[in-house]
Amino acid sequence: MTNPNGRFGSHGGQYIPETLMNAVIELEEAYNRYKNDPAFNRELSELFNEYAGRPSRLYFAEKMTRSLGGAKIYLKREDLNHTGSHKINNVLGQALLAKKIGKTRLIAETGAGQHGVATATAAALLDMECVVFMGEEDTIRQALNVYRMRLLGAEVVSVKSGTATLKDAVSEAMREWTSRIADTHYCLGSVMGPHPFPTIVRDFQSIISKEIREQILAKEGKLPDAVIACVGGGSNAIGSFYHFIEDKNVKLIGCEAAGRGIDTFETAATINTGRAGIFHGMKSYFCQDEFGQIAPVYSISAGLDYPGIGPEHAYLHDTGRAEYVPVTDDEAVCAFEYLSKTEGIIPAIESAHAIAHAMKIAPKMNQNQIIVITISGRGDKDCAAIARYRGEDIHE
Amino acid sequence: MNNIRSAFENGKAFIAFITCGDPDLGTTAAAVRAAVENGADLIELGIPFSDPTAEGPIIQGANLRALTGGVTTDKIFSLVKELRQDVTTPFVFMTYANVIFSYGAERFLSACRDIGINGLILPDLPFEEKEEFLSVCHAYNIDLISLIAPTSENRIAMIAKEAEGFLYIVSSLGVTGMRSEIKTDLASIVEVVRQNTDIPCAIGFGISTPEQAQKMAKISDGAIVGSAIIKLLEKYGKDAPKYIGEYVKSMKDALRTTV
Repeated sequence: MTNPNGRFGSHGGQYIPETLMNAVIELEEAYNRYKNDPAFNRELSELFNEYAGRPSRLYFAEKMTRSLGGAKIYLKREDLNHTGSHKINNVLGQALLAKKIGKTRLIAETGAGQHGVATATAAALLDMECVVFMGEEDTIRQALNVYRMRLLGAEVVSVKSGTATLKDAVSEAMREWTSRIADTHYCLGSVMGPHPFPTIVRDFQSIISKEIREQILAKEGKLPDAVIACVGGGSNAIGSFYHFIEDKNVKLIGCEAAGRGIDTFETAATINTGRAGIFHGMKSYFCQDEFGQIAPVYSISAGLDYPGIGPEHAYLHDTGRAEYVPVTDDEAVCAFEYLSKTEGIIPAIESAHAIAHAMKIAPKMNQNQIIVITISGRGDKDCAAIARYRGEDIHE
Repeated sequence: MNNIRSAFENGKAFIAFITCGDPDLGTTAAAVRAAVENGADLIELGIPFSDPTAEGPIIQGANLRALTGGVTTDKIFSLVKELRQDVTTPFVFMTYANVIFSYGAERFLSACRDIGINGLILPDLPFEEKEEFLSVCHAYNIDLISLIAPTSENRIAMIAKEAEGFLYIVSSLGVTGMRSEIKTDLASIVEVVRQNTDIPCAIGFGISTPEQAQKMAKISDGAIVGSAIIKLLEKYGKDAPKYIGEYVKSMKDALRTTV
């Protein structure tokens, strides 16, 4: 899927300061050396299985299926992974790779805090130093995750520049990386940024679709009709899609955060409201004004509150292989409550965007059709914020 | 209008960076004139960007003030057009790739030619990605300035061989901003540059004092100063041009005696 210079169609590339070029070249060389190395892969599998708790379950949501009255619904339970989300898949891979090439310090950006927690966890396990950059706004929305990162031994830097959210955390992590490269690996959390990150992160996350494929074939003897995942930068979505890209009969649907609606300015739906641009090291689609200034985006979900999307998603959109639909705050909150009450599973508010879309399309499908929804993370971290959204004044 | 090469014909060059529209375009025009009248050999005009990832806090602040004040690419084109009535010093735009990509490279660079811009610096456009912009720059006779960093090592020769206008040598790791000490072995970087090109090279990032400028210019062809000038704009606002003039004079005076 990747061209040698890290292009996905016209998207991707390496739009970064010269200072970082040798670092990404070194990373690409290291990745190419280790990705097919049996010892590396054995070590990573061991971490995935024994430490992170893989494979994650593919759960038949029988009550949800009955209540929606259409397609059969399976949930890919990435929320059951150690640290509570799919982020651990990528982090274990990158941390192990960084360690192999002699790095002793990990830096990372985080939005909802899930990637930050996963990075802090891997750093603790592998005896590495860890600094996590998090928008000040998000440190307030996700105070519990800030504490978890500190508990795990990481330093959390509250980023006050710009809109003080995820995009500013990425900018600040990039600035930090330009100032300290020799001992530091930037453990980017999504399928974005300069090449080779979109490819590396996708490969580590593609375990999700590899497992879905095996699990659904074992349970149903056929492939699903649709795979649905939420998309911010797009790592759990590309992980869920990857091993189905060649199976043209499997619909791939990414759910973007529409915030208060794609007809408002308070949205983070990049494919639906953005246009082509160059930012954070990549060419892709971005929410921006007519002069290319990056737009201040909004979503109830800190993890989807990002003005861009990974370049491979931009390409899957261009070619029509995947479809990207907007889901509003309101729809996501309803889905958050629905899954909690129907299946006894509290999903991350990010993942609730995918559930909301499944709730729209499942009733229109036949009972012999199958939908797989990736539950990218668990929702404990969101309970206080959702309660506040519903007018209950609770704080962590 | 002079070309970039002429900036390096008055001894060691002093290159001043000013963010357009900080705090307003009238002040920018006055600041540019003050810098030129006091000896600046080349002006880098910053087109502000919402998320300037190569900048430290001082220039980030200038970007924010300018954008909050409502400056746009089109308004900056008008400013340059007006400055070109009487200012002949070479101008280069410094901005981020998206500002140009989003405007349309063709449309942006044809405007640059029409208003009298000589070059373009894009800190997020490394050697590997320059081609799509380079062909358009050449069509409109605009130099695309390349940067070399302390980490460039085996890349220096490759970059220098294809460099045009002047080479921007980044003095230190990290982002823009004033530094008390510059530790990189710049002399050996410049040596590799000299072996591969005869275009001039100037050093930037972290330079604020006349002594630092002298030290940097001794091993190169000039010094680039941004944050120290922006600091004056941050402090004095609309009154900054007077102080910028004095500052530029002190810096250029130091460079005049540098060989």
